[in-house]
Amino acid sequence: MAVPVPSSVEPAQRTRLPGLRRALAPIADARGTTRTMLWLGVGITLAFILIALFAPLIAPYDFDTFQANGERFDQLEAPSTDHLMGTNVQSTDVLSRIIWGTQTELKVVLVSLFFSISIGVPLGLFAGYFGGKLDRALVLVMDALFVFPFLLLAIVIAFLLADKVGQGILSAAIAITVVYIPLYFRVVRNHTISIREEPFVEAARALGARPLTIIRKYVFFNVVQNVPPLATLNAADAILTLAALGFLGYGIQPTDGAEWGYDVNRAVSDAASGIWWTGLFPGLAIVLLVVGLTLLGEGLSETINPVLRKRPKAEADLSGSVAEAETP
Amino acid sequence: MGGQGTSLRRYALTRLVLVIPMVFILLTFVFLLMRVAPGDPITSSLGGRVPPEVVDEIKHDLGFDKPLYVQYVDYLGDIARGDFGTTITDRRQLGEIIRVNGAATLELTFFAMIVALVVGVTFGLIAGRFRDTWLDVGGRMFGIVIYAMPVFFIGLMAQLFFGSYLGWLPTSDRASPITQATLETHTNIFTIDALIERDGDAFVDVVKHLILPAVTLGLVTAGVFIRLIRVNVIRTMKDDYVEAARARGIDERSVVYHHAFRNALVPVITIVGLTVALLLSGAVLTETTFNWPGIGHTLILYLQNRDYTAVQGIIVVFALVVVAASVVIDFVNAYIDPRIRY
Repeated sequence: MAVPVPSSVEPAQRTRLPGLRRALAPIADARGTTRTMLWLGVGITLAFILIALFAPLIAPYDFDTFQANGERFDQLEAPSTDHLMGTNVQSTDVLSRIIWGTQTELKVVLVSLFFSISIGVPLGLFAGYFGGKLDRALVLVMDALFVFPFLLLAIVIAFLLADKVGQGILSAAIAITVVYIPLYFRVVRNHTISIREEPFVEAARALGARPLTIIRKYVFFNVVQNVPPLATLNAADAILTLAALGFLGYGIQPTDGAEWGYDVNRAVSDAASGIWWTGLFPGLAIVLLVVGLTLLGEGLSETINPVLRKRPKAEADLSGSVAEAETP
Repeated sequence: MGGQGTSLRRYALTRLVLVIPMVFILLTFVFLLMRVAPGDPITSSLGGRVPPEVVDEIKHDLGFDKPLYVQYVDYLGDIARGDFGTTITDRRQLGEIIRVNGAATLELTFFAMIVALVVGVTFGLIAGRFRDTWLDVGGRMFGIVIYAMPVFFIGLMAQLFFGSYLGWLPTSDRASPITQATLETHTNIFTIDALIERDGDAFVDVVKHLILPAVTLGLVTAGVFIRLIRVNVIRTMKDDYVEAARARGIDERSVVYHHAFRNALVPVITIVGLTVALLLSGAVLTETTFNWPGIGHTLILYLQNRDYTAVQGIIVVFALVVVAASVVIDFVNAYIDPRIRY
């Protein structure tokens, strides 16, 4: 409108938008089961995000409310109209704990994704691009971390942090971060090594571009494509790790917030007496959220990964036998 | 032939030499984590529970009053001699923990791996073969849902259904108290012990206790197999030799079974190696859910007691097992595929 747009912005936008469209093209091209999976994943994930955002409005009670109108709820009450998913040993409402738990899970996962991406990706870029001794040392350390059973690593870190800083969202997130840094490092490093040899990088180098500029302008945008599917699948995994930490008693302090894994742990002792609602519902919440994220991640990686991608047009236009001939 | 033999031997030697830095880094990492980070493990473990003189005495006994670098050298030396230390809280030898509780974990993970292979290979092959049909979607959904299920949740549901609802199977421990009291232990692997003793009742009892934990852990691990095998089948079905087999007029069934499936299954060996770490992580949870006295459950108990040397010893064992598994898998791969050589 009245605001004058500096002309220098325009070319940048012009170059960036087609890039974005190119990046999103495979998603628009996705067909068949991949498309269904993708959208199902988007739907489930979105639903959980909405639940987390509007938890205060949706949840019938607080995550630690065990009484209303001065009257204590019954312990281990079966699902009823008062408590749609029943109550647990501490008389708290199972449904409310699940809804508040959504917040906890997403918070921890977001924080840990942020940390592991912002540490793993740059490390991978620099190690891959510059190579040499630093690269070799980093690879050794990351490989060592990578072969370590991931849950054990998370448990030990959470245990040590619990001693020093206490159990909370941050310590759970850090424990999970440590586990996933090597993953991003590996993927980004290997991809960077192959990009480094590409003619356009060679050309940039020949033009006298500085390494930092090359990494930022040429390598980064090529490598970063791998991150969204990886991060989505990783988020699914992180939920499972957090739930496992919670199950083992190294997740979130029970007074700080509801956590699904912790709730399932408390339900193990109920199982012997046939009480199913305290464990089934929080468990299903974990499964559903992880399924949603996995579908999303798998859908993304299948649309982006050219090895697995089918050419939609050939499939749609030609009969099966001819379509097969199209494979080189 | 002779040439191939020497190159395989050279590969094996190189691979073994390469293990040394890896093990070294892992051990150093554990040392930094468990000894340096907490400051003073003994006070952390026993602080407030015993008088300070006793703390000092234990520190001296375990060599924790020496400078850190001396402790580090001692630690590496002890492990090299196969001495993983003594727990602080109940003064058990780590070696004994590995023998007794490790055997329980070995038994559980072995049977879990069998379940995982059977379920994973079947579903993975079907999903890959019938790509984009409802069989594929079903198989993949099964794979995803199984992957999404925390092992402790499956365990809990199994306990509810087969344990308290149907009453068919026991839901905790490795054997009933009678069996535990009467069965003579040789290997601490109860199924084998029962067979050695030719004790039929004990064998049935032990197997009954094993079913729920092993199937639970196996099913979760199967998810990994399903995904990877599916992708492998899809990839091999596109390969030239499959195309060539078709061109030669070999019928489709034979192409699928003899050419595509067989080659799609070769990487399974590698996956088995990769899942060892996964199985161990899963074992910690499964053992806790089913009160299975394996090494993972023991680890959690020592964590609760804040017994740093016990935790450190058990973690070292886990790390060594994983490294050993990866080496074995590489050997097997190199033996099968002559292209893998240094």
